[in-house]
Amino acid sequence: MNGGMPDAESRIERAEIDRSLRGPVLFFFSSGVAWLLVGSLLGLLAAWKMVFPGLLDSADWLTFGRVRPAHLNIVIYGWASAVGMGVGIWLMARLCRVALRHRALLVASGVVWNVGVAAGTVGILCGQSRSIEWLEFPGWATPILFLGYALVGAWGVIMFRYRRPGHVYVSQWYLLAAFLWFPWLYATANILLIWRPVAGSVVGAVNWWYGHNILGLWFTPIGLASAYYMIPKVLGRPVHSYYLAIIGFWALALFYSWNGMHHLIGGPFPAWMVSASVVASVMMFVPVIAVAINHHLTMRGHFHYLKWSPTLRFTVFGAMTYTAVSFQGSLMALPAVNNLTHFTDYTVGHAHLGLYGFFTMTMFGAMYYIVPRLVGWEWPSARMIRWHFWLAASGIALMFATLTLGGFVQGLELNDPQSAFMSSVAVAAPFRFVRGLAGFLLMAAHLVFAVLFVRMLLRRGERREEATLLARVEDSATARTEPRPPEGGGITAV
Amino acid sequence: MSRLPTLFFGILAVFATSWLGLVVYPYVQLGHLQPERSATTGALTPAPLTSSAVAGERVFAANGCVYCHSQQVRAAWLSTDIEKGWGPRQTVARDYLNERPSFLGTMRTGPDLSNIAVRQPNVRWHFEHLYEPGVVSPGSIMPSFRFLFVERPVGATPSPDAVAVRGPHKPRAGYEIVPTQDARDLVAYLLSLDRTQPLPEADGTNGTKRTDGPNAAKEAKP
Repeated sequence: MNGGMPDAESRIERAEIDRSLRGPVLFFFSSGVAWLLVGSLLGLLAAWKMVFPGLLDSADWLTFGRVRPAHLNIVIYGWASAVGMGVGIWLMARLCRVALRHRALLVASGVVWNVGVAAGTVGILCGQSRSIEWLEFPGWATPILFLGYALVGAWGVIMFRYRRPGHVYVSQWYLLAAFLWFPWLYATANILLIWRPVAGSVVGAVNWWYGHNILGLWFTPIGLASAYYMIPKVLGRPVHSYYLAIIGFWALALFYSWNGMHHLIGGPFPAWMVSASVVASVMMFVPVIAVAINHHLTMRGHFHYLKWSPTLRFTVFGAMTYTAVSFQGSLMALPAVNNLTHFTDYTVGHAHLGLYGFFTMTMFGAMYYIVPRLVGWEWPSARMIRWHFWLAASGIALMFATLTLGGFVQGLELNDPQSAFMSSVAVAAPFRFVRGLAGFLLMAAHLVFAVLFVRMLLRRGERREEATLLARVEDSATARTEPRPPEGGGITAV
Repeated sequence: MSRLPTLFFGILAVFATSWLGLVVYPYVQLGHLQPERSATTGALTPAPLTSSAVAGERVFAANGCVYCHSQQVRAAWLSTDIEKGWGPRQTVARDYLNERPSFLGTMRTGPDLSNIAVRQPNVRWHFEHLYEPGVVSPGSIMPSFRFLFVERPVGATPSPDAVAVRGPHKPRAGYEIVPTQDARDLVAYLLSLDRTQPLPEADGTNGTKRTDGPNAAKEAKP
């Protein structure tokens, strides 16, 4: 990626770019981690309220119908979008090989974004939620978010415009697209749903066009951009196929953007709209398989790196989950399957697999790579990284499994004309209890990560010359023939 | 793919197809819909909402009822919704004309509310149910909405809409539990949810007021 530049010179250039990014990117990461803790706590509360409806039920601001959207919006806008913007800006600057200018302005836009998230959350808890899924923030809070985003998006596009000449890498396509799609999505949804609301069922169409595209055209491209960067970077080898990457990118843009209506199969809409979305959902196999093959063949023969590289372990977990969750999503759009899973906890499991198993895990992986370069310090504890990984991985696996099984039996009861409604509540109850337990695992994972992150910012622990790895690179045949994984601040290759 | 204009316009053009297809065109296609006027009675379907019901729609939104309750009856060829008693016919775009926003919902953690006014037309039942759902409807995991009610001293005669509390949250001696305006509005909204009137584009229209199926029976007041 560095052309034929001498190594010392490119290392100095990278260090300069990293220095220019330190303030803004660390700000987005820090605020994101703080919101992750708040969002997890609210999610945990909502999960246990479904098991014990009497839990904290006397105050209006703690009722389930407010805590749940507060959880969702905090993790979407406070955590995932913020950390996504941080990773996106860092990747863009590194790949365009331009240092960030006017970084104070970017920090300011991060502050504005966070004010928007905080204001919107208070709005929801105080009873001003719009109850339009993924867009619950009241109408007076969303312009703050838009303003906060505008500068970040503009910076991304401007950096691309002033990039150093040379090859444009696949991650840059995804990032440029995400930076352009998000404002279009967010503005359309806000105008038609909140500021000048449309009447009737069109709300549902716009709602799910937004709701699905924010996943598919905002979080997914950022996650894939990160995976496309981190996997080759840590391995020190090129991406397997440029052409597969092109197919994956354009097919994602074309098919994902049409997926939204599969959330409303059977709903009050003209049949062609739902049919178009079902077809597009099935066509998602094309970009997903292209990306999966590309990542797999890049990794082939190097899976032992997962033993020691934290970045790679989280990123590959995310990339594999992306394949799995996308296959699942395509199948869920088939009317025969949707008939069983629609309206049940199965969908909740799917949503968490996508946003957590894929996106959040990929972002953790990116942060393990980026933060040492910004702070100039290595992660203080390999043991805590291992705890973080295993708590998060087992938490999301358990949550997904229990919601999927619970949703399945719930769907059978809901569809059975002879069964009373209340039996669908009864059969789902044990699965919801286990989901609450899985929430504790995820909460613990986030606490471990938050402590680690703060210790990192404070440069705690011993000074290390080399990257913090999860296991000693064994003196085996493979380790001798492979270069050491270029992880952390000490070593930068490629 | 290293030229900015190619990428830039490609990215925007591809996305524009879905924006035109799933946002703009439906907006145009569904935007001109008008209520159906009965030739004999002149009544409109859907019926206009009262101001209390409009206020109740905001209470419904503020407290996130939509996260557990859908408001859509799917067609008989696709689902068992009609057999199950959620409504006598499929709901169609015109059913939602008066709502801003419409709450189609994506979860049935609780029962579908498309026709709750028909299944459960009793105002007092709704107040009691909102106050103590688990007592009124055994097995329910709906949270209590006690915060939509106030406890106040009983006047010369008890209020006609005082809640007959059966569970643990009884009023103190000499006090009674009465709904706030928010609770009254919310119930007015719930009692406006009746999508049983025939519409020509909905299949299976028969205009029957009562729906059968296990849920109709289960939710009826004992």
